Amino acid sequence: MASITLSNVGKVYAGGTRAIGDVNLEIADGEFIVLVGPSGCGKSTLLRMIAGLESITDGEVRIGDRVVNQVEPADRDIAMVFQNYALYPHMSVRQNLAYGLKNRRTPKAEIERRVAEAAEILQIGPYLDRKPRALSGGQRQRVAMGRAIVREPAAFLFDEPLSNLDAKLRVAMRLEIKQLQQRLGTTSIYVTHDQLEAMTLADRLVVLSAGRVEQIGTPLEVYRRPATAFVAGFIGSPAMNLIPARAVGHLPGTAHAGLVGIRPEDLTITPEGNIEMQVQAIEELGAQRLVHGLTGGETLTVTMPSDMPVSDMLRLSVRREALHLFEAESGRRIG
Amino acid sequence: MKRTIFSNQLLPWLLLAPQLAITFIFFLWPAAQAIRHSVLRQDAFGINTNFVGLANFRALMNSAQYLNSLQVTVVFAISVTLLSMGFSLLLAVAVDRMIRSTSVYTTLLVWPYAVAPAVAGILWWFIFNPTIGVMPYVLDVVGYNWNHMTSKTDAMILVVIASAWKQISYNFLFFVAGLQSIPASLREAAAIDGAGPVRRFFDITFPLLSPTTFFLMVVNIVYAMFDTFAVIDATTEGGPAQATNILVYKVYFDGFVGQNMGSSAAQSVILMLIVIALTAIQFRYVEKKVAY
Repeated sequence: MASITLSNVGKVYAGGTRAIGDVNLEIADGEFIVLVGPSGCGKSTLLRMIAGLESITDGEVRIGDRVVNQVEPADRDIAMVFQNYALYPHMSVRQNLAYGLKNRRTPKAEIERRVAEAAEILQIGPYLDRKPRALSGGQRQRVAMGRAIVREPAAFLFDEPLSNLDAKLRVAMRLEIKQLQQRLGTTSIYVTHDQLEAMTLADRLVVLSAGRVEQIGTPLEVYRRPATAFVAGFIGSPAMNLIPARAVGHLPGTAHAGLVGIRPEDLTITPEGNIEMQVQAIEELGAQRLVHGLTGGETLTVTMPSDMPVSDMLRLSVRREALHLFEAESGRRIG
Repeated sequence: MKRTIFSNQLLPWLLLAPQLAITFIFFLWPAAQAIRHSVLRQDAFGINTNFVGLANFRALMNSAQYLNSLQVTVVFAISVTLLSMGFSLLLAVAVDRMIRSTSVYTTLLVWPYAVAPAVAGILWWFIFNPTIGVMPYVLDVVGYNWNHMTSKTDAMILVVIASAWKQISYNFLFFVAGLQSIPASLREAAAIDGAGPVRRFFDITFPLLSPTTFFLMVVNIVYAMFDTFAVIDATTEGGPAQATNILVYKVYFDGFVGQNMGSSAAQSVILMLIVIALTAIQFRYVEKKVAY
C-alpha cells in the first residue's frame, strides 16, 4: 500500500521528440486511477515510466516516500498486468504465479499459501498445473492478475488488460477488477483507450492528449464539467456535439464562446424548440435511437426514445445549464 | 493461400522435373551407387569386381583405424556444435540488446558464411601456421608451443575452430531471429518479477529459444559430420597420426587416394545411416522437450 506522486514528470526521446510533458498527479493510498486517452497520447508510456520500463527524463516519481526515478522495476514494489498478459509460456500457471516470489526468496510455505489464496480469489484453482496455452483468454487474464496479486505489491499497474477479450467478457472482467481492487484496497493505475471502461472503473480519471494532462477528476466531474473541448468530445457516448458558436448564435450566453458543446441526451424535441435540425440519418440502438442531422450547416446528433416519430425537420431545445462553452483556439472551458 | 488446379496432367510433372532431376542425379543415384559398391570388391586396376556381401562392413568393424575415426568424429562434431552455437548465441544476445547500429553488426557478422570452406581452412592454416602464423607467435609469448603438425590436440583445436568459425554466421542469424520473436513484454514481466538480466536469460529467454536451439543443433551436427571435408583437407589432411581423420575425410581418403572403393562405399553407407539415425533420434526425443 502506498501513495504515488508524479511531479512535473516528462519524457523526451533521444531524438528530441517529446512523449510526455509536465504531468502532475497525486494518487492517494488505495485509489483507483484510470489514464485514458486516444492511442498515441502517451498513457502507456506514462504507466511504463512509473513501472520503470521507460526512463524518466524530467521531474520525479515517488512511490510512498521514495523517489524511484533511478530504481530498478523489480525494486519499485509494483506489479504490472500487460495487454498480452505476458505469461511465461513454458511454465505452468502455478510456476507463473510463484516466479516473482521465488526470485525474492520468499519461503516455500509462504509461496504456496499466497498462490493458493490468489487461486481461490480468482477461481483458477483447477488450472494451476496447466500451461498458459491450454487456457482461454479470460483464464489467462485471471492468471495475469493472479501474478500481480500474489506479490502483494504497493501498487497495481494495468496496461489495457482487457483489450484482447471479446466484448461480453470485457464487461464481466471489468466488474471483477473493480470488485477485486475494492476488496484488496491496493493503489491501482489503469490505462485504457475505452472511455466507458475508464468511467466505470475509476475513482479518478486522468484524461491525456498528446502527452499532456487535459483534466483530472472523478468520472462524474469530468462528464459534467469537461475542462476542455477535447475532454468534452472524448468522454461520453454518444460523443458530445461540438458546434461553432455562430451556428447556434441565437442560444443565450453563447456570444463570447468559440465552441458550444451539447450532449445528445440534453437535446429535447419540442414544437417550440429554437434549434432547427434537418434529419439525415437514424441509428437504432433498441431502447433509443440516434438521430444525425444538420443545423446551420453543422452536424448534430440527438438521442430520442425509439417510440417517438421522426420527421424530416426536428425542432430541438436545450437548457442553459446543459450548454458547455469553450474558447475557440485553446479549447478551454469558459462556462 | 491460393491454390492452382492443373487440368493438364503433364504440366505439373514438367514443372517438377528440374528439381526431381537434380535430386535423382545428385542424391539418389550416387546413394544407390554407394550402396552397390559397398558389397563389391574391386582390384587395384578396376578390372575385376567381385560380390563379397558384408565383408567390407565386417572389415571396418575390426579396423582400429576406423574405430579411431569414429571417436574423432564424435569429439569433433560435439566440439564444433558447442563452440559455434555458444559463440553465436553470445553474439546474438549482444546484438539483441543493442539499440542502434544493429543492422551494421548483423551484416558484418554474416560475412564469414560467404567464405568457401576451403578458403576458410587456408585462412586458419595461415593464422595457426607454426612457422609463419600469428597465433603461434602470440602463444609462444605466453609460453605455449603450438604445432598442429605434431600435436594431436593442437590439430583438433585448429580444425574445430576453423569449422565452427564458418558456422557462427548461420547460427547467429537464426538466434537473432529467435530472440526477436520473443515478446519484449515477457522479459519486462520477468524484470518486474525481480529477475536480473542473467536470471532472465536462463529462466525466460533460453527456454523460449529452445525450438531455434534444437533446430540449429541438428543442422550443426550434420554440418560437422558432412560439410567439413574441405576444412580438414586444407588444414591437417586428417593428421597427425589420424588425430583429425573424421569419417567424411576417411571416406574420401580411402576411396580416392587409397583406391579402396569397396571400403570407401561401405563407410559412406555407415555415415549416411548415422546421420539418419541421429536426426531421427533428435526429432523424436529432444523435440518433445522443447515443445512448450
